[in-house]
Amino acid sequence: MSIIKKIESACLIGRGGAGFPTHIKLQAVAKSKSKVRYLVINGAEGEPGIYKDGYIIKNHLKEFSQGVKIASDFIKAKKIYFYLNSKYYKLYNSAIIKEFNKAGLKGQFEIFKKPKEAGYIGGEESTILNIIEGQHLEPRLRPPFPTEKGLFGEPTLINNIETIYNIYLVSINKFSHQRFYSINLASKNIGVYSLPDDWSIAKVLRETGNYPDYKFFVQVGGDASGDVLNEKQLEQKVSGAGSITIYDLEKHQSLELIKYWLSFFVGHSCGQCAPCREGTYRLLELFEDISSSSKCQKDCLLKANKDFLDICENLSLSSFCALGVSAPIAVLSYFKNVFPLKVS
Amino acid sequence: MNKKIKIKIDGKECLAYSGQTILEIARENKIFIPSLCYHPDLEIKANCRVCVVEVKGCNKLMTSCSVIAENGIEVFTNSEKVQKARNTNLKLIFSEHLEKCDGCTLKFDCTLLNLAKRYNLKINHFKDRKVDRKIYKFANTVEVDGSQCIDCRNCVDVCSNVQKINYLEIRGKGVKQEIVPTKNKNIDCIYCGQCTLHCPVASAQEKYDWPELEKILAQKGKKTLIAIIAPSTRMAIGEEFGLPYGQNNSGKMVAALKKLGFDQVMDVVFGADVTTLVEAEELLERLGNKKAKLPLITSCCPAWVKYLEFYRPDLIPHLTSSRSPQIHLGGIIKTYWAQKKNIKPEDIIVVSIMPCTAKKFEISRPELKIGKLKPIDKVLTVRELAFMIKKNNIDFKKIKPEKSNDLINDGSGAGLIYGASGGVMESALRTAHHAICDSSKAKICNSRLEFKEVRGSKGVKEAKLNLSGNKLNVAVVNGIGNIKDVLDNLSRYDYIEVMACPGGCIGGGGQPIPSSVEIVAKRTAGLYQGDKKVKIRTAHDNKGAVEVVNWLKENKLGHKVLHTNYKKRLKDKIN
Repeated sequence: MSIIKKIESACLIGRGGAGFPTHIKLQAVAKSKSKVRYLVINGAEGEPGIYKDGYIIKNHLKEFSQGVKIASDFIKAKKIYFYLNSKYYKLYNSAIIKEFNKAGLKGQFEIFKKPKEAGYIGGEESTILNIIEGQHLEPRLRPPFPTEKGLFGEPTLINNIETIYNIYLVSINKFSHQRFYSINLASKNIGVYSLPDDWSIAKVLRETGNYPDYKFFVQVGGDASGDVLNEKQLEQKVSGAGSITIYDLEKHQSLELIKYWLSFFVGHSCGQCAPCREGTYRLLELFEDISSSSKCQKDCLLKANKDFLDICENLSLSSFCALGVSAPIAVLSYFKNVFPLKVS
Repeated sequence: MNKKIKIKIDGKECLAYSGQTILEIARENKIFIPSLCYHPDLEIKANCRVCVVEVKGCNKLMTSCSVIAENGIEVFTNSEKVQKARNTNLKLIFSEHLEKCDGCTLKFDCTLLNLAKRYNLKINHFKDRKVDRKIYKFANTVEVDGSQCIDCRNCVDVCSNVQKINYLEIRGKGVKQEIVPTKNKNIDCIYCGQCTLHCPVASAQEKYDWPELEKILAQKGKKTLIAIIAPSTRMAIGEEFGLPYGQNNSGKMVAALKKLGFDQVMDVVFGADVTTLVEAEELLERLGNKKAKLPLITSCCPAWVKYLEFYRPDLIPHLTSSRSPQIHLGGIIKTYWAQKKNIKPEDIIVVSIMPCTAKKFEISRPELKIGKLKPIDKVLTVRELAFMIKKNNIDFKKIKPEKSNDLINDGSGAGLIYGASGGVMESALRTAHHAICDSSKAKICNSRLEFKEVRGSKGVKEAKLNLSGNKLNVAVVNGIGNIKDVLDNLSRYDYIEVMACPGGCIGGGGQPIPSSVEIVAKRTAGLYQGDKKVKIRTAHDNKGAVEVVNWLKENKLGHKVLHTNYKKRLKDKIN
């Protein structure tokens, strides 16, 4: 069976968070009329609470490098850009060069260090293209999609490290529908586990021995943009880039958590579109400005504030890119799923 | 091409071409969708998000400016979701724009105030966010006021992608983002003002001189107040008052300016005729002198002159020594006219109405002084004049046109087309051709008036001309963004016209907003129609202009009033 058939029948999807079918992306680039094509590997891993890509480089570099070779050969890439956050770059740069060379990629790749100021948005795929090109640090308008008009205007395949690693596993018929889960306590990383990708949150926690014996809630799919769920909502699969962070329901500091989420997006918005640039700023401002009364704490007032809710809704309805769309997810799902439990 | 696709907008069936955006289709069908960052001449950015619409079957809203309509889609421009998002985005954007309405030339037709009114929104729903932002001032021409900027980036786009100057940059990220002049030592502003023309909220604006005009008008009776109007202004000012595109409103301008308090209004078209006479003479001189520098390059666009002095001072010898039309006319007023009228030149104040921001800089050049006198005392853009007319409750639409009736006449058709790209060259060619014909040098003389080769909206217009046996290679650069190819191949040409603004002065940085390639084409048509309508269509047939030039030469004022020089220029310090 050809590699593309294998990928298709394995139903491989991107592990960067969006979950797009991998074979469609690969084929779109491979079939393009342009002779110049690029492969960009996204090793930004900028979302707090997720560190499985670093885990893969550390533990599966050889297999991953084989995956790079397969993907690159398939699309006949002119050049491979391995875009890597500065922490991983420092740790693994020389090991990667060695392993890529061994995989037969000598002279075909460049390891591109993610700029420090790039932040969260610096992991968004079209932003990465801009950064490599030396353009402004912000996402591009779509369409055209990178597969049609990507790096330097040429068709470009952008995939996450885990996806590329999975391509390798598929190629040797060893892909067993597992994924990497990053599991954390509120302020502590526990570790990365490779487990079936259809397990529920509850099952992942139980099987890894991390199911808390206290009242808790979780944030799933990233500590900044992930959904916040209560104990009764854990029968669903783990979304996004595969992280579960456990918070103690009794002990957690509601106001600090909300402030963390809101500040994160103010600091990481690129500033291109009005809903995100202005919206995230005003959300934090509203939070700072609301003063608690005897009846009601800041958080409970915020929860009912019309401007706050309008801006949140607007972020998901009209933002330019996924960062803006995801900005209100944590805080809104926290209010919806966790907050009432806390006050009662 | 047939309209192939059918879509529904707010229940209305609309036919459209495939490839059209939802916004384009809506506007063609007179369905209003608000927009701020959208400009037909610029690449789609979709950053303001106020043009969002709902497409049936899609959860997320779409920006109508960027989304190409697919056949059969159903679009809602005012659904509950759309209202919520659009209103929220507007409220957020309003809070980026510190209201300085009192002195703002856009206040009678402000995009933001209009939208606030239309959707019943408070413009100060959120606290003003940019109170402490800086105002960057570029010479005495253009200002970018950070406290009013809504981050649409039209200014940066037009500066970089259209004009290819790259003077304005986006610095910082998120809410800290700011539009700033570049620190690159090799880049400087040329004052073209295209940023002001493309800014939807007057954050980028001309340096206001209308407050100075109010002071000048207060001296009525003590000084002789003269307004002069540039060729292209009359074809555009009507837009400020709801009059049709390309309508010649010179008579109304004369009447309105007199009503404002000016003693006399004169036409820069006359000045343009003088410029043509001077420049055509120089062209012929250089063509006949083997040692002379060729090509000869026009110099009546002050943004172009600034460009050359800063970027290519090595080419200064190519510039015509002829002063520009407004400077010619200003100088003539303060010499010839003053003497004929027996008025002391110091008692004359000349205010120039221009389509241009760079003209404000031009009049401050010390080398243009005639003795101690500046030929022109103030320059106002068309927008500033329209503002003054509105502010003084003058009903421009109804005002009865007046003639200037002065010993300085209203100029020729050739002077009028100075307002369009190619017009300066065509005027000079008309006169040069005539001069060759007139002289004994010409073997055959086919009289020729129109040079359509140099008209039109192309970025670079090239032509090989035959002026009664004299072969001439010419190029017209329409917009400074197209300059590179011509400068790279300079030796190909004998004569070059450069206008920094796309379309020429008719698309100038001081013209009414909105302006676009389409609107500029309509204004331009007005200029060429105007040229066809008049009896005198060449500078050399303008007896008044010829007489004035002769008078100046006889009185040894030729050099002082008609010619100038240029110098290498370093990057401006930014105030």
